[in-house]
Amino acid sequence: MKHFLKIFLLAALFTAAGTADCYGGPSQADGNKKGFDPGSFIFDHIADSYCWHIFSMGDKHYSVPLPVILYSRENGLSIFMSSRFDHGYSSYNGYKIENNGPNEGKIVKVNDNGETLTGEPLPLDFSITKNVLALFFSVIVIFLIFITLGKSYKKSPLSVPKGLQSFFEPIIVFVIDDIAKPAIGEEKHRRFLPYLLTLFFFIWINNMLGLIPIFPMGANVTGNISVTMGLALTSLIAVNFSGNKKYWQHLYNPPGIPAFLKFPLPLMQVIEIVGVFTKPFVLMIRLFANITAGHIITMGFFCLIFIFGERGAVFGYSISVISVLFGIFITFLEFLVALIQAYVFTLLTSLFIGSAVSDEH
Amino acid sequence: MDLITPDFGLFFWMMVSFTLVFFILKKFAWKPIVHALKERERNIEEGIKMAEKAREDMSTMKEQSEKIISEARLEMESIIKKGHETKQQMIEEAKEKAKTESSKLIDSAREKIEEEKITALEDIKNQISVISIDIAEKILREQLADENVQKNLMEKHLKEFKVN
Repeated sequence: MKHFLKIFLLAALFTAAGTADCYGGPSQADGNKKGFDPGSFIFDHIADSYCWHIFSMGDKHYSVPLPVILYSRENGLSIFMSSRFDHGYSSYNGYKIENNGPNEGKIVKVNDNGETLTGEPLPLDFSITKNVLALFFSVIVIFLIFITLGKSYKKSPLSVPKGLQSFFEPIIVFVIDDIAKPAIGEEKHRRFLPYLLTLFFFIWINNMLGLIPIFPMGANVTGNISVTMGLALTSLIAVNFSGNKKYWQHLYNPPGIPAFLKFPLPLMQVIEIVGVFTKPFVLMIRLFANITAGHIITMGFFCLIFIFGERGAVFGYSISVISVLFGIFITFLEFLVALIQAYVFTLLTSLFIGSAVSDEH
Repeated sequence: MDLITPDFGLFFWMMVSFTLVFFILKKFAWKPIVHALKERERNIEEGIKMAEKAREDMSTMKEQSEKIISEARLEMESIIKKGHETKQQMIEEAKEKAKTESSKLIDSAREKIEEEKITALEDIKNQISVISIDIAEKILREQLADENVQKNLMEKHLKEFKVN
């Protein structure tokens, strides 16, 4: 409970002044005070950002600037801190953060007067954004946990698991015995264990860290389509690179199907090959949607406080009790979802691998 | 930044991170962990097998020991029986020997006694003859000292002589 209070206090700090982020820019700041806008508030949390907004007091935004790394053919490589953009108010080094139009939120090239150059390709953007930083942080956490684990297993492989081991061993054994083994098969699953275990814990730990709203955690990493796309791509690679002769034969000449469906129009082949890509695509969308939805719901409950708070302080305070209670409930639910989504992603990937390496069709 | 459009930068860093995590964990975490888990599994299996084997061994050993005990008992019994027999035999033999020995002894004793008897009788005979001669002499001397007696004796002998 104590932890949750802390978390919610911090979460409340996040929300102190409505929308405020690193590329809010002049268009929002110049406008009249529109009041609390839950849509953009939630969206700003969900989306990636060039700086890490901690909290705002009035018009002052306190955020951690993050490195921007850009490459374009004309300007070459340029690396600078996102604080140079002054929360989207100014351009730097020929770049600025676009604050409207189709490229809103992205870094675009500008001319000397600070106007966007239209028709120019966007620079290649390798910036260490909020999500990248959170990703790096969770990578460090993963390394700390599992290299320590590996060491203790190496040191005494036969001793009774204790400490960190006793927490993680059942989960590792679960992934091995209940996901990999039944899906891929007793003799073939061993080869895929490193990948499946990495996948499971990568997703799970990223999901969990995304639920802790303390810098540098609490970013919506696994709820970002780029991240889930990366994960789905690894799944695609793992499935297709492990596919045996039967798998490819199945793809180009599906057995047990009337010939007229295969020739002259290769209907089945098209379906099969589309299927190869839809499988990881669905994985990508599922993880993204589930995690994003969780973040939206949690943020939504907090927004209620401010929506009602605008009506009057009493409203705000009374609804805050309910909001916090629901927030706690949703957070617990999200802990469950974090595990389930990691499980589902890993299970489906191992099932796809299993069908790609199986000897019978 | 759009919600559903993948972002190249983040995607790039994601792939870098995941690849790094995969290869480092593969070497430093999953290899030892999976190995240890398998090792432990094997160890437990072996332990169970060994316990099973030990139990079997114990039962065979028990059987063997029982067999040995019963054999020993049989042997003991036979030894006792044999001992008994030998004892009996020895007693018999001893008895036999004693009997023959004693009869031999008795025989020799008897012979000796016979010899002794004979010699003693000889001796007694000699003694008796000497003593009787002495007595006769004494008697004669006494009787002959008296005249009447001499006369009577003469008469008597003469009477006897006459008869003859």
